[in-house]
Amino acid sequence: MSVTAPETRAAAVAGGWGTPRRRRGRVREGLPLGGFSGTSLGLVVLWVSLLVLLPLAAVVGKAFGSGWGDFWSAITNRENRDALVLTVALAVGVALVNAVMGTVIAWVLVRERFRGSAVLEFVIDIPFALPTVVAGLVMLALYGQDSPIDVNLYGSRIGMFVALLFVTLPFAVRTVQPVLIDLDRDKEQAAASLGASPPVVFRRIVLPQLMPAMSSGAALAFARALGEYGSLVFISSAIPYHTEFASVIIYGKLQEQGDAPTQQASALATVLLLASALVLVLLDLLQRRMARHG
Amino acid sequence: MTSFLARRRRVAATVAAAAAVLVGVSACSSSSGSKTVRLVAYSVPKPAYDALAAAFGKTSAGKGVDVKGSYGPSGAQSKAVLGGQKADYVSFSVEPDLNALVKAGKVAGDWNTGPTKGLVTKSVVVIVVKKGNPLGIKGWDDLIKPGVKIVTPVPSTSGSAKWNILAAYEHTIAEGGTPAQASEYLKQFFAHVVSRAQSGSQATQQFLSGTGNVLISYENEAIAARQAGKPVDYVVPEQSVLIENPAAVTKSANKSAKAFLSYVESEAGQEIFVSKGFRPALAGAKIGTVAGANDPANPFPTPAKLITVESLGGWSKVNDEFFGDKGISTTLEKA
Amino acid sequence: MADVLTAPANRPAPPAANAGREPIRRTALGLRTLAVGYVGLLVLLPIGVLVYQALKPGLSLFGDTLTDPDTVHAYEVTAIVAGVALAIDVVFGVAAAVLLVRYRFPGRRLLSAFIDIPIAVSPIIVGLALILVFGPDGWFGSFVQDRVINAQPGMILATVFVSLPIVARAIVPVLEQAGVEQEQAAASLGANAVQRFVRVTLPTIRVALVYGAVLAFARCLGEYGAVLVVSGRIEGETETVSLRIGDLFDSDLNTEGAYALTLVLMVVSIAAIVVGSIIRRKRL
Repeated sequence: MSVTAPETRAAAVAGGWGTPRRRRGRVREGLPLGGFSGTSLGLVVLWVSLLVLLPLAAVVGKAFGSGWGDFWSAITNRENRDALVLTVALAVGVALVNAVMGTVIAWVLVRERFRGSAVLEFVIDIPFALPTVVAGLVMLALYGQDSPIDVNLYGSRIGMFVALLFVTLPFAVRTVQPVLIDLDRDKEQAAASLGASPPVVFRRIVLPQLMPAMSSGAALAFARALGEYGSLVFISSAIPYHTEFASVIIYGKLQEQGDAPTQQASALATVLLLASALVLVLLDLLQRRMARHG
Repeated sequence: MTSFLARRRRVAATVAAAAAVLVGVSACSSSSGSKTVRLVAYSVPKPAYDALAAAFGKTSAGKGVDVKGSYGPSGAQSKAVLGGQKADYVSFSVEPDLNALVKAGKVAGDWNTGPTKGLVTKSVVVIVVKKGNPLGIKGWDDLIKPGVKIVTPVPSTSGSAKWNILAAYEHTIAEGGTPAQASEYLKQFFAHVVSRAQSGSQATQQFLSGTGNVLISYENEAIAARQAGKPVDYVVPEQSVLIENPAAVTKSANKSAKAFLSYVESEAGQEIFVSKGFRPALAGAKIGTVAGANDPANPFPTPAKLITVESLGGWSKVNDEFFGDKGISTTLEKA
Repeated sequence: MADVLTAPANRPAPPAANAGREPIRRTALGLRTLAVGYVGLLVLLPIGVLVYQALKPGLSLFGDTLTDPDTVHAYEVTAIVAGVALAIDVVFGVAAAVLLVRYRFPGRRLLSAFIDIPIAVSPIIVGLALILVFGPDGWFGSFVQDRVINAQPGMILATVFVSLPIVARAIVPVLEQAGVEQEQAAASLGANAVQRFVRVTLPTIRVALVYGAVLAFARCLGEYGAVLVVSGRIEGETETVSLRIGDLFDSDLNTEGAYALTLVLMVVSIAAIVVGSIIRRKRL
């Protein structure tokens, strides 16, 4: 059994999230963690895990540092609240679009071989490799004031939505693709031979099998879109109550003098972290339930 | 087999050592030699300081000196230096940002006793409009007409914002109005503000990118934009505030930094500032033609009513009165 | 079992098309158009326009921006920050992957989840988190003042944080696929852990490791938000290429310069994935 290229890419892109447990000689055995090698490995991993966990804990700590009241007022303040709502709405929208389009693209890549599909494969990876500031300016070049096609989305929510679609493109595609590749065609052929039309086959047989991958791709897109900064900040004018989004507020507060802004920034950050965590945890639960039933 | 393994181990060890060295080196590379001037400044004078550093490098005192600049919103930069960012030469938009450093013991208390009283540049608050002034803005009162969208930074981080708000408020008083009327004007002014820029130059960038249709900024920033070929015009309103930007060397500054400050305050340095659109702080400095000004031959007209912070009681009083927790601006902004 | 990766996907045969079933073909064509059109409009068109905008002012201006001393400094800073971060990523990635797949210990699931956290964290929040820990009011107080935040170590930490999962996640599936048989065989022949790792594990994961490293490098190279927060914006010292692009755009009002440098960074990033693909394909 060999690992195919898109799978590796998918794993790297999607971080291994939600790739449904596959049939791979699933003996989850392993060596006990003793001895020099195990310990040193463990130490390495521990040290770096601290690099991730402790600072995040500090954020949550700071958010609640002056009490629940300050936390609550920081996130219900009209400006912050509007920004949070916009951020979440954009992220949900992007997740949904990606769930659909990601599946379409993955389907086309896997089931339809055509000239240029290799190019398509390659192009899909580009947004993942691009620095966010590059993505931001790329968007501005086409959709900003100096747009050669006379489309000006600067300072608009649509512009922000398009920028987010750009950076989240690879996620859903790369989670659905490996599943499609490994899909057992027997059931589909059986259904077709019984007279089911292709759309029905897709809807009743294929789609349910793709759901875990689609939802994990959507969840990743959601999490990414929630915290996006570099690609959004150039096309958004960050106008309060209109195009201001969460990460730009957090950044602004970090520049302000005094301690209260830092606390507010931490409060907003905590909300974003919780939202991402919630979505990913729900996803994990959902997939485990689906795995049990499928 | 042993040599193979030994080789591999050596490679791994070398890589690890190299990584450690790199981290160490990068940590050390931020140490200052006596020929490095760490400059921490507000956002808009970057082109001017770039030119000043180049010219300074050609003088005998400045030979081989490396000016490492850091630019950002005035308040945020002050906060950074307070928080430990190394600085030899600091240049802020408003005096309170420098005073914070004096209070923290980073800058000597006699910074403002020199020939230019610690100032390096002056300017006035102007109204920047799109080329051709399509809205026909002539002064402050035009700004609260319907359809006007004002771009100005936020006072919590930006020095430019403070100058702008001060000018907006005080212009009413200068016209003969009462504080109540001035407050009312400022309230309407805020209602027309559409931006959330953190610094003067960010506000300029937002305006140039298409936010709003009017920008309040420094005269030098308007001139700089025009020098950069941007399609803008600016109006020097009849009432404005005299902008005075302080700079100083820190207590830990080296000789090169002190020499740089002297250069900046000298005739030669001031001339470079002037060429970039700043009004000089040195009395008697030569003002030639300034490209980009409304009238290059007479680049720095005096507004009919020029308000100074001194006449308002000094920055400490003004900062509290307007931008303190219960300040006029702070309260009205939230309204 | 030297290489376990095959580059061309084992694609299933095209669907048994019933000749004459026009609706299917039309749907297939429609889907294809949709997919290609979507990706083309979303990705290729803006990139093409950026190339146009960057080169429009002329090649000499393009060259000027790229050789500007501040920009050259930015290249150096980026090389250091991305290089060191990548080294740390690789060491951690390999260690974590091996640990996750080959060992069992309580909390393995938890570790797997922790490694993935950076994907879900906003870069600005990463910066905020690091400031809270290493900043002037942080846990280390004035001891680390100015040695971490506003300095390169801080930027390295921020970059490591955001790119941490990439290498590990590239290696894990390969390790899982490979199975423990070979390593067990080696162990039974008397090889110790290091030998097993070097002679058996490493060759197995080599290609995935390289690919993961390439992707991680592209990520390190391009990090913007997290580095923006912890950098002191010090020219020649804490300004990476990404930050320089932002500065060119915001402070210098130099839109042409910003686009020019963006093009360079974009080309480098795309080259990275091209290189990765080539390496992977060559290993067949």
